[in-house]
Amino acid sequence: MREQTLIQAEKEKETGRDVMVVKHLFKSFGSNKVLNDFNLTLGNGENLVVLGKSGSGKSVLIKCIIGLLTPESGIIEVLGQQITDLDHDELDKVRAKIGFLFQSNALYDSMTVRQNLEFPLRRHWMQVTQQEVDQLVQEALEDVGLAHTINMMPAELSGGMRKRIALARTLILKPEIILYDEPTTGLDPITGKEIIQLIMTIQKKYRSSSVIISHDMNCVRLAADRIVVLIDGRCYAQGTYDELKRNGDPVIHQFFE
Amino acid sequence: MELPVKTSEFLKQTGEASAFAGRFFKEAFRPRYEIAEFTRQCFVIGYKSFPLIGLTGFIMGLVLTIQLRPSLIEYGVESQLPAMVGIAIVREIGPVITALIFAGKIGSSIGAELGSMKVTEQIDAMEVSGTNPFKYLVVTRVLAATLMLPVLVMLGDAISLFGSYLGVNIRGVTSFNLFYTQVFDVLAFGDVLPAFIKSFFFGFAVGIIGCYKGYYSAKGTEGVGQSANSAVVVSSIVIFIIDLVVVQITDLLNLN
Repeated sequence: MREQTLIQAEKEKETGRDVMVVKHLFKSFGSNKVLNDFNLTLGNGENLVVLGKSGSGKSVLIKCIIGLLTPESGIIEVLGQQITDLDHDELDKVRAKIGFLFQSNALYDSMTVRQNLEFPLRRHWMQVTQQEVDQLVQEALEDVGLAHTINMMPAELSGGMRKRIALARTLILKPEIILYDEPTTGLDPITGKEIIQLIMTIQKKYRSSSVIISHDMNCVRLAADRIVVLIDGRCYAQGTYDELKRNGDPVIHQFFE
Repeated sequence: MELPVKTSEFLKQTGEASAFAGRFFKEAFRPRYEIAEFTRQCFVIGYKSFPLIGLTGFIMGLVLTIQLRPSLIEYGVESQLPAMVGIAIVREIGPVITALIFAGKIGSSIGAELGSMKVTEQIDAMEVSGTNPFKYLVVTRVLAATLMLPVLVMLGDAISLFGSYLGVNIRGVTSFNLFYTQVFDVLAFGDVLPAFIKSFFFGFAVGIIGCYKGYYSAKGTEGVGQSANSAVVVSSIVIFIIDLVVVQITDLLNLN
């Protein structure tokens, strides 16, 4: 039975079914309509970039997807589960399969790198042994090339290192979907490029799907399989980098200038 | 008729803070219990505050004794100095001054810590990591503050009385035994109990206000500073209000 389920899961992976579907999403703050009938799908193994200006609602979108914000209406289906219908415990189970890289890294200042990485493990996988925890922490740190920082405090790390540690914390639960909120913001172009390459390498290793929020065109060009342009709370256009670059629409063209 | 902006804002904040306190009671008694974090907070809030509380308590007892002596000599009741200082410290000065120092140290640190966690999305990260941040951050800190302040008040009172004993002996000679016999002879159950009970309320007020201000901190570093500052100001005012209410109640119950 278990074998059949595994085969089914493998088949579904190969057929590229959608792991995330967002339909008719509405979210506003007071009179400001941030998301206004927004739609999106994410295929299995796909790298989707949501492109938009600052304040266009990109971060609001992924916070709705992870359940940090509640939309007024609409459907958010992640790995077959309707997020808005779940209670707190059910939502936590889905969240264990979704990684979230925060724009500000959100590393816990009062904890060491090791404790930062252990935190989601201990919280989501309560039965995990200390030996397994040590192994997973080591593996995640090696993935981002920072195994030597294990006992350091976040304040002792540079901006690029903090981003890598935050990425390691995101990866430690081996998520099926990873949400990146502006992964290159605040980094110099070289470090930003390194982070994008790291994201690509990790995505290949873990075969995860990702939604990347960005307005950094270098990041978009390197990472995107498909781009969704978010303007006025809607999906204004979508396509590959080259398709959108060739698009004659001046609104889209301004992103590529 | 519309309320002035400041009045309506005050009422709104009071309502929000009350709802926040209500949520604390709801979450505190529901599993999962964050025992490890609660123990850590008891250490941080209680143990690490002890040197400051001890030092200020010592100076308070010493100074109070030195200042009272001339007035008592004037009335010819110098021998009552230990009893007078003892009652003043145990009933009023000890709990209130300790609570105010506690508000300055712990209220501001909780306000700033939670405020900066909010601004840097650490609270969101906790929620994504399968943790109820209210339970992990607020319930543990408020409980630790509520339980640790009475302990600090008792220790502070003891150190303060020792300071007073040294103060008495600066210009006179009173044995250790005589000093403490005089202090405990005049202290009754009705002096100690209300003071002890009100320090639980002081601790709760400092914890809940610090957490409320930090948890709903405005974005940006300015917001964090404001949270820390208003946590101290509001806690201090609430401490005096609680003190006033407790004094009225003990007076009504003839515990004075």
